Amino acid sequence: MANRIPRVPVREQDPKVRATNFDEVCYGYNKEEALLEASRCLNCKNPRCMTACPVSLQIPRFIAELAAGNIAGAAAVIAEDSSLPAVCGRVCPQETQCEGSCILGVKGEPVAIGKLERFVADYSRQEGKPAAENAGAKAKNGHKVAVIGSGPAGLACASDLAKWGYDVTVFEALHKAGGVLEYGIPEFRLPKDKVLKHEIDDVRALGVKIETNVIVGRTITIDSLMDKEGFEAVFIGTGAGLPKFMNIPGENLNGVFSANEFLTRNNLMKAWREDYLTPIHAGKKVCVVGGGNVAMDAARTALRLGAEVHIVYRRTEAELPARREEVHHAAEEGIIFDMLTNPVEVIGDEKGWVKALKCIKMELGEPDESGRRSPVPVAGSEFEIPTETVIMALGTSPNPLISKTTQGLETSKRGCLVANEEGATTRPGVFAGGDAVTGAATVILAMGAGRTAAKAIDTYLKQQQ
Amino acid sequence: MYQILSKDMLTPTICRMTVEAPRLAAAAQPGQFLIVRADEKGERIPLTISDFDAKRGTVTIVTQKIGASSSDIIAYEPGEAFNDVVGPLGLPSEFTEMDADKLSAMRYIFIAGGVGTAPVYPQAKWLHDHGVAVDVIIGAKTKDLLIYKDEMAAVCDNLFICTDDGSEGFHGMVTALLEKLVAEGHNYTQAVAIGPMIMMKFTTLTAKKLGLPIVVSLNTLMVDGTGMCGACRVSVGGKTRFACVEGPEFDGYLVDFDEAMRRQGQYKAEEAEANEKHVCKIGRGK
Repeated sequence: MANRIPRVPVREQDPKVRATNFDEVCYGYNKEEALLEASRCLNCKNPRCMTACPVSLQIPRFIAELAAGNIAGAAAVIAEDSSLPAVCGRVCPQETQCEGSCILGVKGEPVAIGKLERFVADYSRQEGKPAAENAGAKAKNGHKVAVIGSGPAGLACASDLAKWGYDVTVFEALHKAGGVLEYGIPEFRLPKDKVLKHEIDDVRALGVKIETNVIVGRTITIDSLMDKEGFEAVFIGTGAGLPKFMNIPGENLNGVFSANEFLTRNNLMKAWREDYLTPIHAGKKVCVVGGGNVAMDAARTALRLGAEVHIVYRRTEAELPARREEVHHAAEEGIIFDMLTNPVEVIGDEKGWVKALKCIKMELGEPDESGRRSPVPVAGSEFEIPTETVIMALGTSPNPLISKTTQGLETSKRGCLVANEEGATTRPGVFAGGDAVTGAATVILAMGAGRTAAKAIDTYLKQQQ
Repeated sequence: MYQILSKDMLTPTICRMTVEAPRLAAAAQPGQFLIVRADEKGERIPLTISDFDAKRGTVTIVTQKIGASSSDIIAYEPGEAFNDVVGPLGLPSEFTEMDADKLSAMRYIFIAGGVGTAPVYPQAKWLHDHGVAVDVIIGAKTKDLLIYKDEMAAVCDNLFICTDDGSEGFHGMVTALLEKLVAEGHNYTQAVAIGPMIMMKFTTLTAKKLGLPIVVSLNTLMVDGTGMCGACRVSVGGKTRFACVEGPEFDGYLVDFDEAMRRQGQYKAEEAEANEKHVCKIGRGK
């Protein structure tokens, strides 16, 4: 009977209204909605959802607790595997992971696992129950582990190690913990003070120390951590923070920004708020170049700052690498999609400010090695889009600060750290995971890599004893 | 928190502070800089390091009041603390990694302009301590705006002062004094200019004319200072470089100063608006 109930729709802020504010787009489920949606789960013996989850969240178990009305129990089940459920419930690509594997999705709509995870996390937080209490940390074992970077990979790794009794210190280069969750993902998708801060406090409650304003590779080095400060193992979860540019003429004109700069000013530095001092420049019209989640975030941020926003992408809408939900939300809010369009030059005025983006029309040719049909320029089709601002959202690559300052740490041609499946790098005692190893990917894959490396660090340190 | 241990005003608008930051102080080298965020709502402001003391765990910063954020920094008093101080950022000066033989053959002339005099100090001091010949020119509009005269005199062979209005030392620009010194037979092998972008541009032109290699230290816009945002990008020899991680020091001959000056003014409109609205914090708590 249960599976005849249709998926419970989730309430969202009206697109016209939300285009003018930074409040969260999705309201999430209330208790009645969550319990009803939870009742749809078939509690499969072979839960494909769980296999598809990079952190192996015990999905049927937590949903069963929730369906029975035991929300605290559901939170405890989640806490065994994740310290960031309110984050993951919001930003994970569930459609290609847990929900994409849900048996109900074969004939109808999958269980809204992400929204349920979010509900459990939000409800527990509002009830004021710290996850650490549920997770039950073990007694300290006296072994010190350093985690570099407080993004999803680092926090996941630190949480597991702390639960197993390790003395963990996380070193963060910025002034606030969270990595890309803090500087990259906008407030309207992931509220900072309301949601993120609490999940990071939960990680602290496990006994994890977080030291901000420490740049490994400048302030300290991996060698000094291991030789002088007594850390027996190090996990590098420094992400992929370096912006890419197109290397086209005019890219250094005033008004051309990397998506990283634009989003960091707005998110980490809170430039959207009148009472914060950091400036941000959007102007009346903005072109965002790129088609990934970061491009959507930058575009929707510029829109909320009052600009008319165009997404300029060289392939078609079908190839946009961003999550469908993000593209859909962006379109609903009034973002204009200029597809099969590739910039060739940024044109400036006499004062050196952007006045137009010169583009060329593209058409899809033969499929490339990634299987996507590669875009080919249409000869003679150049045209100009008048614009005040250009935001380059072309992807990011790992920061070389650590690899350049650490002996024995190999990197790939793309600048990614070389690590095996367990996360061990080419230097003994040093592990790595997340975007620093794979190049830019997702929050949840980074968390999965952090957990895998935590296991490997535990094994390594036990062997050393 | 990063406590301020001492503070003195070097001119009515230039302030020197010694701040507790043990990890930073232990790692800092000449040529590097740091970022201060005064309070929760403040900007991340890149500032030069004018001295560091690993034993005491302190760094000395010199800040010139320009806009809302620098005014906020200057308003702090000893005993109070900044929310955030992070660094050292950027690469150390090239000479810190030169081999001793090469270094001993060098004859340095530093050209320091205005608040840019402060970061020259640790560089001159390092070279002086390593027995390398160092002369320094300190330039300012007028004698009341000269800073670090006594400190600098103690760490260089010859200190030359110059003021635009002739109120102290050589009457004229630093470029004219540099030309005069070279004409008088000072056989410098390397110039280093630190000061306002326009001063570094013209000093580079003069050095080029004299056939003197010159390094400049670029004070570009920045947010994170670790290579993440790209606000600091600058064209050097036709290639885009990030001043925060690949600089701040570059070969002056190769820097596109006009672009760098234009990019520095990128948020002028927003800043003017902020200054208008800004409530000055000097004298708060009194």
